[in-house]
Amino acid sequence: MSIDQDLLTRREAIRRVSAALGGVAFVGGSGLLAACERARAISDTSPGAFTAGDVAFLDEIADTILPTTKTPGAKAAKTGAFMALMVTDSYSPAEQRVFRDGMKKVDAASKKANKVAFMSATPQQRLAVLTVLDREQKAAMDAREAADRKKKGLAPVRVDAVAAKAGAAKADAFLPDERKENAPGAADVSAAPAISADEPPHYFRMMKELALLGYFTSQIGCTQAMRYVESPGRFDPCTTYKPGEPAWAPHA
Amino acid sequence: MQSPVYDAIVVGSGISGGWAAKELTEKGLHVLLLERGRNVEHIKDYVNATKAPWEYLHRGGRTKAMEKEYQVLKRDYPLNEKNLSFWVKDSESPYTEVKRFDWYRGYQVGGRSLMWGRQSYRWSDFDFNANVKDGIAIDWPIRYAELAPWYDHVERHAGIAGSRDGLPQLPDGQFQPAMPLNCAEEMIAGRLAKAYGGKRHIIPGRTANATKALEGRNACQYRNACWLGCPYGAYFSTQSSTLPAAAKTGRLTLKPWSIVTEVIYDRDHKRASGVRVLDALTEQTTDYSAKVVFLCASTLNTAWLLMRSATDVWPEGLGSSSGELGHNLMDHHFRCGADGVIEGMDDKYYYGRRPTGFYIPRYRNLFGDKRDYLRGFGYQGSAGRDGWSRAVKELGVGAAFKDDMATPGGWTVGATAFGEMLPNHANRASLDTVKKDKWGLPVLKIDCATGENERRMRKDMTADMAEMLEQTGVKQVKTYDNEYFPGMGIHEMGTARMGRDPKTSVVNSHNQVWDAPNVFVTDGACMASAACQNPSLTYMALTARAADFAVNELNRRNL
Repeated sequence: MSIDQDLLTRREAIRRVSAALGGVAFVGGSGLLAACERARAISDTSPGAFTAGDVAFLDEIADTILPTTKTPGAKAAKTGAFMALMVTDSYSPAEQRVFRDGMKKVDAASKKANKVAFMSATPQQRLAVLTVLDREQKAAMDAREAADRKKKGLAPVRVDAVAAKAGAAKADAFLPDERKENAPGAADVSAAPAISADEPPHYFRMMKELALLGYFTSQIGCTQAMRYVESPGRFDPCTTYKPGEPAWAPHA
Repeated sequence: MQSPVYDAIVVGSGISGGWAAKELTEKGLHVLLLERGRNVEHIKDYVNATKAPWEYLHRGGRTKAMEKEYQVLKRDYPLNEKNLSFWVKDSESPYTEVKRFDWYRGYQVGGRSLMWGRQSYRWSDFDFNANVKDGIAIDWPIRYAELAPWYDHVERHAGIAGSRDGLPQLPDGQFQPAMPLNCAEEMIAGRLAKAYGGKRHIIPGRTANATKALEGRNACQYRNACWLGCPYGAYFSTQSSTLPAAAKTGRLTLKPWSIVTEVIYDRDHKRASGVRVLDALTEQTTDYSAKVVFLCASTLNTAWLLMRSATDVWPEGLGSSSGELGHNLMDHHFRCGADGVIEGMDDKYYYGRRPTGFYIPRYRNLFGDKRDYLRGFGYQGSAGRDGWSRAVKELGVGAAFKDDMATPGGWTVGATAFGEMLPNHANRASLDTVKKDKWGLPVLKIDCATGENERRMRKDMTADMAEMLEQTGVKQVKTYDNEYFPGMGIHEMGTARMGRDPKTSVVNSHNQVWDAPNVFVTDGACMASAACQNPSLTYMALTARAADFAVNELNRRNL
């Protein structure tokens, strides 16, 4: 058998892996492209699937939550297509229904508040609509978490800033091994949706979570909104932090 | 079909099997290493090792299609898009759960050494004495002193980063420099020692990640992507560590796709003569002969293999004369603890992704402490600054929210307890003669549950952490218990326990099956109790020790 005995240099290791992958630079781009195409393809045959119009709608929702500031926003990171893909591939039928109905509810809320469809509203009008929906979802999800803790016999949480599923699972996020990376709710290190609760979450919680996940795990999110270093090369356990400096993005 | 005679056959290429292959070949034996799954070549086959987060279609998450094929894996963290190919497809390899038992398996060269958590802790005489002291199950036939030199031996080669802490319940070893605590953990560690009069300790998690280069391996680059396979070979796996050492001797033959279905038993000589192999691809059967056979197929599969062997002599299988084969299945119960918020350190951060955290060694039922349960637990945890995922639960949309979430959040700290599960004869695996796997082989039926001792212990596991966090000034402390089912710890142990008496144990103090002394069981199956430390380092030491014994016995013509 052939087992390489050479001491690999870092560069050599990376070169070999890259070669084995046939070059990795375009995987993400093609993945997102596939997501868009898939969303379009499905809409022809399967009722309830996402059209290009739906993806554009989701892009605007994501971009209202995470707009362009000094760094590009969610639309630039093609977050709408990612949201559509995740709902299609990872959500249960019940969750998909809640999400789809939620899209209509966003539109209805826009019409009620501003007498204009969400897509036709100004960025300020959209922000006002989603700000109201955000309060609504948070109140609903916090109430559910409190009830959940009570059911489990755990003491009430003394902070109200913890989501039902995300809060419960977050603790595993402190495990030093990969368990943390995939704890539902430990979303900065996992793409596993935290929506596996018995009852589907509030629709705007779904939208917000998917927008955040899609954006902050995108290339723009990792390398422009945050800082990404593939191979840090060392661990410095204590550095000085100045307010406003971006976070270090986690690894794949 | 007959094939050439080897000196030794090793069944399974995970942590234990890799060590068996290394030790036996280095001591001059020609070894056939059999692996039921595919080959995974070091570095070349780590196909996702250098992918960026955005290069995964679902960004690492799971899909409904994945859940359908991985009905067990989906119950916990292992089901994910990033290293899916390292996990067993449950649809191909089913098993029967009399009670819920989560069995997370890796069928490939390297086994679960590719995805393991790497936490590496020695056991102590508190652990080896525990059964006899408590009158539980049977006494371990060995003590720490017998294993200590073998811990030394395996640590030097595996590369364990850790600090020397002088704790009798967690002996120091041959460590590489530790991966240090970060500034928040350091602060809490100091306060904890003070608050508990030096009886409780936070130490850097001891991990099988090289902090200094070893032969053929680079030091850790702090990517924290170990479970994808490391392009630097920085963490211990069969591929990075034991397999190259074995291959270097020129005496190793590695055969993937080889499902060992039976240890062939020669009733006249009361010895195994070899093993029967089903080719996983062609489904052809081949017999291989050897002087000694090492079973390192992972706890439950080693038990499965023994149950299918020598049934003409013992209907329940090789090693069943004790009535203990398949029994005393254990795991570590966990998934409970506490976490909270650290204030006043927002001007501190860290650089690099450390692939370990901190460890709080066991303190319960030691040094005069006495609880209403037996044994104890340790904690694994970490402190860090929150990432963008905090945004999911925070109120906010729009520009200021987005920019804020791209910066690190406040410091949080938390830890999860890993508790010892008592050996219990009623917790067992047996053959299900009805259900078959993809290859038409009978599957395992697993009947295992935690008991009153574990239930009592969990109260402390949860409450103690909350208390310790409050004592060290952590705010907004909250407890959690995410519910545990046996198997979730992925620390399966027992089913072919070591002992001093062939009437009550399956293997002796040198891991020899009492009924076939040239068959050695050195994986988790041989464990007579579970302790609360992660067990893999102990499998390594036991395997190296048994290999040394086997070679000496062969040389003395005793085998």
